[in-house]
Amino acid sequence: MNQLGFPLLSAIVYLPLAGAAAVLAVDGRNPALVKATAFLFSSLTLLASLPLYLFFQADTAAMQFVEKVPWVESLGINYQMGIDGISLWLVLLTTFLSAIAILSSWSAITTRAKEYYAVMLVLETGMIGVFVATDLFLFYVFWEAMLIPMYLLIGIWGGPSRIYAAVKFFLYTMAGGVLMLVGILALYFINHAVTGVYTFDLLELRKLNLDFWAQLWLFLAFSVAFAIKVPMFPFHTWLPDAHVEAPTAGSVLLAGVLLKMGTYGFVRFSLPLFPAAARELSSIIAALAIIGIVYGALVSLVQEDVKKLVAYSSVSHLGFVMLGLFAFNSQGVQGGILQMINHGLSTGALFLIVGMLYERRHTRMIADFGGLWKAIPLFSMALLVVSLASIGLPGLNGFVGEFLILVGAFRHDWLWAAFGATGVILSAVYMLWMLQRMVFGELKSQQNQGLRDLSAREVLVLAPIIVLIFLIGVYPWPFLKPMEASTQALLAEVKSKGQVLVLDGIQAEGIPMARQDLYR
Amino acid sequence: MLYQAWIIPILPLLGAATNAFLGARLGKRFVSLVACGTVGLAFWGSAWVFADLTRLPAGERLAMLPMYQWISAGDFQVNFALQVDPLSAVMLLVVSGVSFLIHVYSTGYMAEDRGYARYFTYLNLFVFSMLLLVTANNFLVLYVGWELVGLCSYLLIGFWYERKAAADAGKKAFIVNRVGDLGFALGVMLIFVTFGSLDYQDVFAGAPQMLAVGSVTATTITLLLFVGATGKSAQIPLYVWLPDAMEGPTPVSALIHAATMVTAGVYMVARTHALFELAPFSLSVVATIGAVTAFYAATIALVQADIKRMLAYSTISQLGYMFLAVGVGAYAAGIFHLTTHAFFKALLFLGAGSVMHALGGETNMLKMGGLRLKLPVTYWAFVVGALAISGFPGLSGFFSKDAILWQAFASPRGGIALWAMGLATGALTAFYALRAVFLTFHGESRLTWEAERHVHEPPSSMALPLGLLAALAALGGYLGLPHILGGSDALGSFLAPVFLDQANTALETQAPGNELGLMGLAVLAAFLGMGLAWYFYLARPEAPGALARRLGGLYALLANKYYVDEIYGGLVVQPLVALAHFLGEGFEIAVIDGVVNGVGRTVAASGAWLRRLQTGFVRNYALSIFLGAVIVLGYFLFR
Repeated sequence: MNQLGFPLLSAIVYLPLAGAAAVLAVDGRNPALVKATAFLFSSLTLLASLPLYLFFQADTAAMQFVEKVPWVESLGINYQMGIDGISLWLVLLTTFLSAIAILSSWSAITTRAKEYYAVMLVLETGMIGVFVATDLFLFYVFWEAMLIPMYLLIGIWGGPSRIYAAVKFFLYTMAGGVLMLVGILALYFINHAVTGVYTFDLLELRKLNLDFWAQLWLFLAFSVAFAIKVPMFPFHTWLPDAHVEAPTAGSVLLAGVLLKMGTYGFVRFSLPLFPAAARELSSIIAALAIIGIVYGALVSLVQEDVKKLVAYSSVSHLGFVMLGLFAFNSQGVQGGILQMINHGLSTGALFLIVGMLYERRHTRMIADFGGLWKAIPLFSMALLVVSLASIGLPGLNGFVGEFLILVGAFRHDWLWAAFGATGVILSAVYMLWMLQRMVFGELKSQQNQGLRDLSAREVLVLAPIIVLIFLIGVYPWPFLKPMEASTQALLAEVKSKGQVLVLDGIQAEGIPMARQDLYR
Repeated sequence: MLYQAWIIPILPLLGAATNAFLGARLGKRFVSLVACGTVGLAFWGSAWVFADLTRLPAGERLAMLPMYQWISAGDFQVNFALQVDPLSAVMLLVVSGVSFLIHVYSTGYMAEDRGYARYFTYLNLFVFSMLLLVTANNFLVLYVGWELVGLCSYLLIGFWYERKAAADAGKKAFIVNRVGDLGFALGVMLIFVTFGSLDYQDVFAGAPQMLAVGSVTATTITLLLFVGATGKSAQIPLYVWLPDAMEGPTPVSALIHAATMVTAGVYMVARTHALFELAPFSLSVVATIGAVTAFYAATIALVQADIKRMLAYSTISQLGYMFLAVGVGAYAAGIFHLTTHAFFKALLFLGAGSVMHALGGETNMLKMGGLRLKLPVTYWAFVVGALAISGFPGLSGFFSKDAILWQAFASPRGGIALWAMGLATGALTAFYALRAVFLTFHGESRLTWEAERHVHEPPSSMALPLGLLAALAALGGYLGLPHILGGSDALGSFLAPVFLDQANTALETQAPGNELGLMGLAVLAAFLGMGLAWYFYLARPEAPGALARRLGGLYALLANKYYVDEIYGGLVVQPLVALAHFLGEGFEIAVIDGVVNGVGRTVAASGAWLRRLQTGFVRNYALSIFLGAVIVLGYFLFR
């Protein structure tokens, strides 16, 4: 269905690309013009994406704003886009964070600015494309295409060991992507063998009822790609390197959006396409998620570089998302999706804040700071609020997501929740210890005394994120509501395909302490 | 006003927001006006709500205020909802009333501080959180208040963030509380999974039907909730943060770490008594932990030299009394002691603050002495507080402690052991309270010459709250004057509709003589403690030192707080940090990243090796083609 009768999704996808062309076309000797053009196009994209929320129909699980045009008819490839309650917020998050990331680069990027903003805009096109494509071929194109601008961002505008980090990032993700391609092709041919039709249409492929072993192998092929992207323990080591070396805006988009592609991939593809395999492997995935939660938190604790600390905290937070998704109930899944957004906001903001500090002091070592509250109170307050959001303080966004995830996990198996919840303690430990060493304490260093507080532009960069952090915490209902129908449909689909599954919401009676039997 | 009661918590929130954004610009007068004004209005609103409630018939004293749909995911539907009933109303009055007095006191105490606006922002935010906690209508809103008071406590303990000890203490408080909150959160989840709802009335009404008395689920839920209470209300084993919390400004210690926040656990158990009643084992755990903590913390308080730390251990001990009360089913008595304790402990802290104010921040009682002549107002206020906590007959602590001891003895859930521990704690309490009075205000002055010159009485903004709290600490007990002394137990009967205690019916079968007899014993214990304090610190000032030398081992054990911080450090903190170092600096780099880089190196190395095949000589390639052809042929010939 397309309620607008207008290819809005394509417009949103290609507007940044047009912006990239425009940036390359303007006079590079006038940096203000380059920045203004880039920001203009990213803001236009953000504005253009708002109707997705305004016209979104929350009562249906069907794809909305759909576009479908035959592309390579002989191979059954369609140019096919659409969003539902699962992708809606991810698209909006992408347009929102992209505009902010561009605005945040104002003073940080001084070399090859023109190319930089063009690459940022190309990246935006790729990221939105991943979230709106509903044809597996198109999806794969965007998935791989998006690697290139990110590779360039890290490799050209990154820190001292940017080449190592960029190559590692590229090869690691690429390796997963190739496996996924094999999976996509296998699915394509299996579908042909069963139905006699060649198609990459996700909605068609979802109708397949694969036998268990086919599901298992295909699930693994897809999921390794996604698990690397998430990243799930133990596939995470590209992440700290990439984050630390990437320029601030790159880290913001990497953490804010790119990681979500992994978790999104699980919800959009792995679960509905291969539900029996997903159910069979759910305990293993949950175990890895829990290990990731605890491991990421413990490793964060001993980082000396604050950017690396934030990077490892992502491993922990994304572990929560995975735990929720594989609880297979609406609290877990909706909490997981909401937590993707929350993580994008709070971790995005953390990277922005760290970047602002780096611009001033050219160091990210925690030991170089201390007592910042005295020198730059506004900055410190922003860091405090965002850190508290990150550790899931009630009233801020992280709490709603984390709590829903843990409720979902509890329903599935109370041990999942009990182990996962230790991450809530540990996140407080590493974040508060970081705050204590950076923001509190004595202002000793001479260099820190002369720091200037946030500029108006920096306030403008952070304020919208902080407003959303409060809004989702205090009134999450408008954010959860549009996901509901799609989540229910996904769960029903996961349940109907195959003989077994946990049905959501039938737990009121019965023995709550008993483990939910997956195979009743 | 009942259905507009949501305004009460909102007021201080508005105050906090105003001071956060405008406070630094508009000056101290403005800040104090906003901060005290909003909390004062909240108190006025609470009084109005209380009055409205009393006008209703006893059985109908409940107003629910659903605010808006908060979180919804599948069948997980939680509203942001508040409620007012007698228990909430009492808590509203205590919290907003004591908060108001302490806000006023703070305007004097913090007058010279650079972070004046920040201080009142946090303090108002705390009052909001606490009022939210006591008016929540479901477990999730309760949890929000529960965590937010913890946040404010963190911010206020670390208010003087440039001091490492303060920042450390704030962090410790937050993390230890989070450990407790983990239990609490799991309890809330289990409640949802069991009842399909988090609303109080659904859960409390459904509990007796859905859970059998003594069932595993009921016991698990209540024990998990109680884990949260041990964190927030500083009971064994999670009490360790509270003494360190004394690094915060003294009015904060009075408000958050004595009168209000730390009592949240007691409130929570009383609020959820419908669940605890189904779990006799959990109740006995609550009572036992309470009694043991009361006694244990009191022994530590005996030897503290720091006046604030002494008061902190005393708070832990008194909170133990409250848990003893709710653990034996004497919920109203627990709330009664919560109320009187809020008065006299806030008074003691503010008195101590007033001493510190006069001495430029000195907290060591061994460096004080003889201050009663120089600080008469503070002295008399402190004496009233000390006598009230000691259970001096007629003062507030006497009545509330007696109500607890009596029910600990007579309730079917109580017993002689619990009672005896409470009684012994009473003697210890009287001893350390009077010890503080004597060390601080009596005897020879041990002040430095410089400090001596500086000593002055507090300004009226501090003296007035002291006076009012002294009046409350003296007279507050008459709120719950027991029937046996000709009273009507007004507080108890007001709260009765909330607590349909089974325990109370059993009490009536006890002979009245017992109650009076036990009361006499409690008075004796109190006088014994006071007498010993007089002997050791006034009559024979050299005796404590001699005794400490004679009992060297015991003294060291108490002075070092049973080495619990060291034990926790060795058993929990250090292993965790070591594990984190091992994972972050060893395992992560050597194993996980090592494998990844190893794969990369293997590929590169095999490429380098295979490159040797590409010699560039045609004869080599011809040879390979020939060999290949032979192998293929051979395969087809001999298969």
